[in-house]
Amino acid sequence: MELHLLLLFMIFAAVAAVEIKDLLSSVIAVGAVGLGLSMVFLVLKAPDLAITQLVVEILCLIILIRATIKKDLPLIRDGRWFFNTASTLVFIAVFLFFAYFALKELPSFGYPIMRVAKEYIAQGLQKTGATNLVASIILDFRGYDTLGEATVLFTAVMGVLAIMRRVGRIK
Amino acid sequence: MKNNKEPGMTLIVKTITRLTVGLILLYGIYIVLHGHISPGGGFAGGVIIALSFVHLMLAFGREVALRKLSQAAASILESLGAIMFLSIAVLGFLGGYFFLNFFLNKGRPFSLFSAGIIPLCNIAISLKVGAGLFAIFVAIVLFSRDSGIPPDDK
Repeated sequence: MELHLLLLFMIFAAVAAVEIKDLLSSVIAVGAVGLGLSMVFLVLKAPDLAITQLVVEILCLIILIRATIKKDLPLIRDGRWFFNTASTLVFIAVFLFFAYFALKELPSFGYPIMRVAKEYIAQGLQKTGATNLVASIILDFRGYDTLGEATVLFTAVMGVLAIMRRVGRIK
Repeated sequence: MKNNKEPGMTLIVKTITRLTVGLILLYGIYIVLHGHISPGGGFAGGVIIALSFVHLMLAFGREVALRKLSQAAASILESLGAIMFLSIAVLGFLGGYFFLNFFLNKGRPFSLFSAGIIPLCNIAISLKVGAGLFAIFVAIVLFSRDSGIPPDDK
């Protein structure tokens, strides 16, 4: 019940973020979507994800507000609206067609297939000694994936620092 | 802004920031160090640590925050975190394979010094994430300041 209310709130906020003319209000609506997602994670009993989502959402909101508060970005609204609407409808139809066959094969919501995770849940505490099972999975059993994720973040930071540098910029 | 001599926001914001910024930094460190016991972990704690410096920068202006942690120091800390994480992973070859939890005595559950390499990995990731995101924020602020757009509250 709470889940559906939160999902409706997120959908309304997302539609508002697209439709609002003012850029700052649009950014705040995006922030509302993120906070709703954080509460959804809490309802689904994933507090690690909820904390991370909340904190990252706040940082992204600060950066977006700083980036958009002074600029008037031109909105392109004229021309080719028929082609855009038609292609969007066609792609939605194709997606729904394939999703109808693909989603029937998935296990139902809240009923995971416990083949690998069963071992992790049963032996996580005595193999790693960590009582937070999420930490023992992402840093011990699946440490290689975390290394890849850290590499992605490192590359992103290097890219931003290389593009937005002060030294050697052409005025 | 009201007074153009002092950078940053008004006196109310500065006073409240002076009271809260240490608590935010301490909460980030708590989230990192208890990542293997309670929900949280390196990524969330690192972002909270970065947010405390961002808070300082928004309230007091660019100079104060960069005196606490300059952009070069942030870059060095981020690279240090990456090397620390990778070297913990490579040290697993002592016992045979990548990312081996090489502590034989894992410690008592629910105590702070337990779980082998997981707290060390959390500290490395928090250094990396916190310093990296703060470096991104500083780069964006300096960029929008230098490229002709009038600075809003600096």
